[in-house]
Amino acid sequence: MAHTKKSNSQLFVNGILSENPIFRLALSMCPAVGISTTVMNGILLGVAVLFVQVFSSCTISAIKNYIHPRIRIPTYTLTIATWVTVIDLVLAAYVPAAYKEMGIFVKLIVAFAIITMRLEMFAAKNPLIPSFWDAVGMGLGFLFGMVTLGAVREILGSGTFLGFDLLGAKPLLFFILPAAGFFVVGFMMAIYNYMDLVFKRMKEKKG
Amino acid sequence: MKKVQRQRIFLGWFLLVGIFLLAGCDSEHRFVKRTAFKGSNQIVITFAGPVDEAWAKKLDHYAVYEKQDPDILLSLAAAALSQDKTTVTLTFQEPLNQEQPHVLSLREILSAGKSQGTALVTVKKAYLGYLLSVLLGAMIIKNFVFTKYLGLCVFFGTSQKKSTAVGMGVTFTLVMVASAMMSWFMYQFVLKPFRLDFLQIVVFIGLVSLSVQAVDTILRKVNPALFKAFGVYLVLVIANCIILAVPLILANNEYNAMESLMLAVGAGGGFLVALFLMSSVRERLETANVPPTYRGLPIAFITAGLFALAFMGFSGMSIF
Repeated sequence: MAHTKKSNSQLFVNGILSENPIFRLALSMCPAVGISTTVMNGILLGVAVLFVQVFSSCTISAIKNYIHPRIRIPTYTLTIATWVTVIDLVLAAYVPAAYKEMGIFVKLIVAFAIITMRLEMFAAKNPLIPSFWDAVGMGLGFLFGMVTLGAVREILGSGTFLGFDLLGAKPLLFFILPAAGFFVVGFMMAIYNYMDLVFKRMKEKKG
Repeated sequence: MKKVQRQRIFLGWFLLVGIFLLAGCDSEHRFVKRTAFKGSNQIVITFAGPVDEAWAKKLDHYAVYEKQDPDILLSLAAAALSQDKTTVTLTFQEPLNQEQPHVLSLREILSAGKSQGTALVTVKKAYLGYLLSVLLGAMIIKNFVFTKYLGLCVFFGTSQKKSTAVGMGVTFTLVMVASAMMSWFMYQFVLKPFRLDFLQIVVFIGLVSLSVQAVDTILRKVNPALFKAFGVYLVLVIANCIILAVPLILANNEYNAMESLMLAVGAGGGFLVALFLMSSVRERLETANVPPTYRGLPIAFITAGLFALAFMGFSGMSIF
């Protein structure tokens, strides 16, 4: 594993930029398309994922020596499901309105490939502290992706940001349509690819 | 020959369990033969025998509400008894929303002076048509991929080739049906009676893993050729959120066995349709001249967006 040599701060940044779960790894796309219509939704689901990712990474990392390799995947799934139940009940109790809007997506965090993947690839092989930072980085990367998507769609679609009126008009109503989620994610991925190309060219010129 | 026999036995068991489930969920009262909507604001109740006129004419004996909000009782305008005294027509003050199943409570039914007990029956639109609308609804009108945005990881992962797409879609439908029926059974007969609703997520994901493992083992023994073709996709099924979303929807909406089956088949079929459409386009995109920054996933997302826009045309459509 290449990751093991990285320092904690590198692990942290890794999740946000070079291995951003939404734009680079293309995992956990469902919520990115489905409910990124406002910034608030993005923040709430991002925080929920961050919470689940950090706690299940820490749990697995702490008990990894007691898990038989053959039953590791079911163990991961059950661990994640437990933490998702916790956050699901917490959100339903404290922010009922937003919870209703996010609907089924909070419960579906269980099936997000990104969390299981991080457990399998990182937490099961590394000690507690690096696993924690890796999880925080990944969770923040997801949060960052969701907020960016939410901001683009909310500003362009309804002219507001976090509910405050910014533009005083609705420039492109299209972006608030559910189907526009696909387009926005596609454009954002293209932007990431473009930045990659530009960086490569700059490196080649220097070299 | 032996293999065929074994398959038949397996199918037989499956049918038996299905029939048992269907019979088990029949909640109608023994004295109420059938109920149906009539016109825009009427419900017709047919009894197994003649009922007393004094009982039938009194509006206090009837209470009707939509299944989703039991607190709001619908106000009755009149109750009429037919000539042979076996059919009662209830007229309501306002038109009924016939998309929703209604619950009808009949208090202390009197037939020839004898009480037949209190009946709690549901009134639904013509049943087969209703089931078909659940099926088509899940498959096309509320397609899980294009209008609910679920299962995208697997969707983009396996829609590069038509053969892969069909394999994934068929495997997914099989597992979907098996796990949805098991989840429905667990929810209705274990979780709900014991008030363990909060364990939904843990139990459902466990059942999904279980059914994937079961399909894997059964297919390996029963039909190795099929396993060779579809075995690879089984692992991917778990990573698909639709397979978890369907049990959660079933539990939220309190569907019965038949409706659950239809929703599961519809969800699987819808996924198959979406995969097939997408893979047909992506096969042609391979040879198209796409700008380098858009190559691969970005252009796939934009294609999916166009599909989603097209599927929006189905929204609000109702069949039957």
